[in-house]
Amino acid sequence: MLEVSNISTFYGQIQVLWDICFKISDGEILALIGANGAGKTTLLNTISGVLRPNSGTITFLGQRIDGLAPHAIVELGISHIPEGRKLFSDMSVQENLEMGAYIDRAWKHRRETLEKVFEFFPRLKERAGQLARTLSGGEQQMLAMGRGLMSRPKLCIIDEPSNGLAPKLVQEVFQIIKSLREQGITILLIEQNVRQTLEVADRACVLENGRMALEGCCEDLLKSDHVRKAYLGL
Amino acid sequence: MEDLMVIINLLALVYLGWFVDWTLKQNKSKIWLFSGLALIMLAILSTLPNYGPTYSYIMMSGILMYLILTVSWTLFSGPTGYISLAPAAFFGVGIYTSAILGKDFPVLVVVIFGGLLSVVLAAIVGALTLRLKGIYFIVFTFGLVLLISSVLLWYEIRFTGTRGRFITTANNDLIYYVMLGITVLMFITSYFLKRSKYGLALQSIGQNEEAAAHMGINVTAVKIAVFSISAIFMGMAGAIMAMKWIYLDPYSAFDPFRSFLPVLMAIFGGMKQFYGPVLGAVILAFLEEKLLTEFPYYYKLSFGIVLILVIIYLPDGLVGLGQKVRAWFSRGKIALT
Repeated sequence: MLEVSNISTFYGQIQVLWDICFKISDGEILALIGANGAGKTTLLNTISGVLRPNSGTITFLGQRIDGLAPHAIVELGISHIPEGRKLFSDMSVQENLEMGAYIDRAWKHRRETLEKVFEFFPRLKERAGQLARTLSGGEQQMLAMGRGLMSRPKLCIIDEPSNGLAPKLVQEVFQIIKSLREQGITILLIEQNVRQTLEVADRACVLENGRMALEGCCEDLLKSDHVRKAYLGL
Repeated sequence: MEDLMVIINLLALVYLGWFVDWTLKQNKSKIWLFSGLALIMLAILSTLPNYGPTYSYIMMSGILMYLILTVSWTLFSGPTGYISLAPAAFFGVGIYTSAILGKDFPVLVVVIFGGLLSVVLAAIVGALTLRLKGIYFIVFTFGLVLLISSVLLWYEIRFTGTRGRFITTANNDLIYYVMLGITVLMFITSYFLKRSKYGLALQSIGQNEEAAAHMGINVTAVKIAVFSISAIFMGMAGAIMAMKWIYLDPYSAFDPFRSFLPVLMAIFGGMKQFYGPVLGAVILAFLEEKLLTEFPYYYKLSFGIVLILVIIYLPDGLVGLGQKVRAWFSRGKIALT
């Protein structure tokens, strides 16, 4: 579905990503793990068009998307749920969700999609008229995810959904991610919470200092000495 | 007596502003009552020259000018938080269009042309500057006003050997009708913009531009488009207002005060509701007309004091104050919305 090959990205003079290659196939959950500053968010921003790669190509459903503007990439069916939620905090929950359906393809069906999202996150329905900033941290994360689904994406990029949540809520978030996959949405998940991520995902890539260090199915990675030592503290 | 007529007409304007807010609400009741009232208000406004003395509709034209500047300024700057100090530039472009074309073309053509030229200028300026944020955008838009007036002054002295021009004037009632027409057109445009997804998109750009881009909003295009739409009305208002004056020069056509007043009026009224800026513009413009004749030295000073007080004590303007009072009376049923 998505193919990233030989991506290098710079911030000004400083190179952050070096020759990144990976693929996501239809219907899988691919996890991208790595320490702070490894370049995870930079990689995501490169895919969703906020940053442009200096070399390499990104192909989505057979079409080159590197160099396209972010709004064009959303229209093709990639939804990016950014790190730190980035809600429209002085707008109501419902308005936040409606903005998620901004692109023409999704705007036509926004009422049906809204009902679906409410089924998924009943709490958001209860709070539909409330301002986004009055929600609790967990509810805000639900809203960010719901908003990302409103564009009816084929591929959902989720950046650190467990960030700043209580352990119980983290469990819930991972359950939701699993059920998204059951709805037929392919997921690229970025996490620091390595153990739980590897349990949910099908495959994982490990990013270290802007380079792809390891790639494989999660069971193998859980057994790998390097991952156990560096990320699981065993 | 004359003042009373003006005040009745101003109240009619505020009602129409509130009516726009009301039509945007989801669940409406008493549709016939409120729509009927809106028609009556329109009738009161559009027949003023038939029953009011000349002085009343000259004054109304001046107030409508500020109303147009303020409401069209808020159309873009309210939701996005991009404080534009360019209104005087767009208004001045309208004035100069009128000065150049006024003697050869009918009034309506001149007004439309003034609006279109402002749109062209706004689109160019928008494309150049709407990537700038915060203070840079404010300074650039203000610089635009000074730049255009300086260039015009240079051009007139260097090439035409003059400073300023005479303008072909129009009748006072015609000016009033055109001003009112622009106002109504602006209200209708605002209604459709706010009802469409672009209105909400503009608001989300103001809240978090990066997230807005992630939603698939072409942030730059939406900003430029709405910035240009808001300039149409300013340019048209300038083109018709010029016909009230006999003579103008670049300094009076591009008076920076016309950039500051709309901001002040919008903040004074409160920008969260559509009728807030209408209320602010109507009150302050009326006071200006009064104070300018009776206490010419104190009125700018009093504007400054009002602005300071409003920013400190009424961050949401008069409308916000009204809501606070209402909430205070209906304590007990507290709703977090």
